[in-house]
Amino acid sequence: MSVERDVMEYDVLVVGAGPAGLAAACRIKQKAAEAGKDISVCLVEKGSEVGAHILSGAVFEPRALNELFPNWKELGAPLNTPVKRDEVWFFTSPEKGIKTPGPFVPKTMHNEGNYIISLGNLCRWMAQQAESLGVEIYPGFAAQEILIDEKNVVRGVQIGDMGVDHSGKHKEGVFTPGIELRAKYTLFAEGCRGHLGKRLLKHYKLDEKSDAQHYGIGLKELWTIDPAKHEPGLVIHGAGWPLNSANPGGFFLYHLENHQVYVGLIVDLSYSNPYLSPFDEFQRIKHHPVLKQYLEGGKRVSYGARAICKGGYNSLPKMVFPGGALIGCDLGTLNFSKIKGSHTAMKSGMLAADAAAAALLGGSEGGDELNSYTETFKASWLYDELYRDRNFGAAMHKYGVLFGAAFNYIDQNWFGGKSPITLHDNTPDYTTLKPAAESRKIEYPKPDGVISFDKLSSVFISSTNHEEDQPVHLKLTDPSIPIGKNLPMYDEPAQRYCPAGVYEVIAAPDGARKFQINAQNCVHCKTCDIKDPAQNITWVAPEGSGGPNYPNM
Amino acid sequence: MKALVSVKRVVDYNVRIQVKPDGSGVVTDGVKFSVNPFDEIAMEEAVRLKEKGKITEIVAVTIGGAKCEETLRTALAFGADRAVHVKEEGEVQPLTAAQALAAVFKKEGANLFLLGKQAIDDDANQTGQMVAALLDLPQATFASKVELEASKATVTREVDAGLETLEIDLPAVITADLRLNEPRYLKLPDIMKAKKKPIEAVTLADLGVTAGAGLKASKTVAPPKRSKGVVVKTVDELIAALKGKGLI
Repeated sequence: MSVERDVMEYDVLVVGAGPAGLAAACRIKQKAAEAGKDISVCLVEKGSEVGAHILSGAVFEPRALNELFPNWKELGAPLNTPVKRDEVWFFTSPEKGIKTPGPFVPKTMHNEGNYIISLGNLCRWMAQQAESLGVEIYPGFAAQEILIDEKNVVRGVQIGDMGVDHSGKHKEGVFTPGIELRAKYTLFAEGCRGHLGKRLLKHYKLDEKSDAQHYGIGLKELWTIDPAKHEPGLVIHGAGWPLNSANPGGFFLYHLENHQVYVGLIVDLSYSNPYLSPFDEFQRIKHHPVLKQYLEGGKRVSYGARAICKGGYNSLPKMVFPGGALIGCDLGTLNFSKIKGSHTAMKSGMLAADAAAAALLGGSEGGDELNSYTETFKASWLYDELYRDRNFGAAMHKYGVLFGAAFNYIDQNWFGGKSPITLHDNTPDYTTLKPAAESRKIEYPKPDGVISFDKLSSVFISSTNHEEDQPVHLKLTDPSIPIGKNLPMYDEPAQRYCPAGVYEVIAAPDGARKFQINAQNCVHCKTCDIKDPAQNITWVAPEGSGGPNYPNM
Repeated sequence: MKALVSVKRVVDYNVRIQVKPDGSGVVTDGVKFSVNPFDEIAMEEAVRLKEKGKITEIVAVTIGGAKCEETLRTALAFGADRAVHVKEEGEVQPLTAAQALAAVFKKEGANLFLLGKQAIDDDANQTGQMVAALLDLPQATFASKVELEASKATVTREVDAGLETLEIDLPAVITADLRLNEPRYLKLPDIMKAKKKPIEAVTLADLGVTAGAGLKASKTVAPPKRSKGVVVKTVDELIAALKGKGLI
């Protein structure tokens, strides 16, 4: 079916309005203004507005923001709650836990000088700055295809068509072909496991020389709590129960402003028990006294989930290809030892922006590799930071949470991350599941509707919405695998790892089992694309504007 | 023929509304806003009528604070030619809104006022009716079909008994119901062009309107939680259960 497409041309195109994409867009405009020239910058975002799909802890390290907008305070950036106190816990049982004494906490887990923020609101603010600098931002438009020309150069992206029904037919009167956005340089900032980033890694073999990327799934809720229990600036982290060394993860609880707290759990997607349900682990950990004491008497406001890239230094792919670059979590710049990726994402975007701006101001027509981005990256504090923390994730995988933590304490506090050892972990997360027959079934407690909740009522408050009549955006390469292979072997783990109830195995009246995909529920976390043991599920962008509408997340 | 279309900035229909703990209203900080869906339908209808050559100019109008400019930009991306922004940062009550819109209609010398039948935030369903009364114009509310001629409009309305067709003289006020049309997807180039279209700013005072305070919201509360359902196996059990609750 050939359709005629409008074309719009820019100097730089940025895909994704997260911290990396917005920082890059702002930086290019700043550089152009400094040089007294114009560089046109277009930014597309699949969410219905900037911030709608942003989900992060978040304890924010302002280092990159200080560089991008030294006067962010006067400009009204929403960094309202400085971190006042850190607590680090190890839960030994559903009732008990040990608080790590201050001196034994790895340096990377100290948060003085950082802020508890809503990253969504920071992005909304950055979008305002970007627009006032002259960036054209178009939320509600999903980049669907990469435009690669006959010389193997990335020339931009094609926006997804709108008004296509579930069978792929054009809906009469409303079908709107997606336009082609072409640019001299295209920066991909889709976040962790971007669907175009994934294709770029493969097409240009960018990750050939790096370790396999590692992932986690982060689940998060926003609560309004009893003002008497609220301690703005308190940051609590921890690990242990209900997870373990074969199925690791960690929790957080941050007290922000307005009597609100963020509570969340990150489950490592290298987990081995196919019966594990990250969502249910999160619901039950909230009943631990250390967390429950704050939530009791409060009210849950919002819920969401998102995969994070945590391979760090060892998993960094090649960053550039002809005509563009990967930035932020599309590249994998999160620092897992700090559990922070916003400042690193912003910094990577700024470095790529510097390279693109310098090339364009020097008269480049684009289409080449931005090698100066790779060079300045290697000379930056970002690289230094990721290098120092390169062993963190691998140590946790190799030695388990407790001994891994001990290793990290020594590595960070004695060697400052520069010990002579580099640990590698090249086992992809989708290969780590054990067969169901060899695994212990997990009986999760029923949610009480006060502290813990079921999946559907949770997805409801993520304000997720997709146009109902559209093609399913979760593509099965082989539709027979879920029931034919995954079900007997792993009891189809998609039913449990999906935090939004997208995947169900249902029994037909004749007893036959059927794999059902409720694509409207999808919160765009990408976990299925990562964890499916057969790598049979491909997440592609649905019609623009679809997905969650996170407030203050 | 000139059409005036009013568009209101409301909390997006996908957002799960939260009531403020003190009951003084609903939470609007950090939530997504968009154009009232019924106003979008009205705007779409105006654009279609323009495309058919029945209307020559479309003017979009809104009342509210600085952020309402986004709402007008959306209307301009749909196809409005220009916009009027009645700037008012404070609360705008229904009568004030109707008075302001009536004043803009008069000032513009428009022939048709199209708007949504109601806004999804307050669900008041009275702006169109009040504007018609203030201007002493014919009105056709809940339109599911609009046909326009030089000096009259034929409007089909959905009523309980079926479809009712009205013929009204222009100028007139028409409010849009859900099934009038399905609004188009905005195109990226149109959004870009909309950034350059003119928006005229006026104040209530410019229009000779004083913000009224005739209504006072005493309290906002969330609807009571639905209690758990009971599964019954037979009709007898159902009847017994209903009797037990004193419902029959």
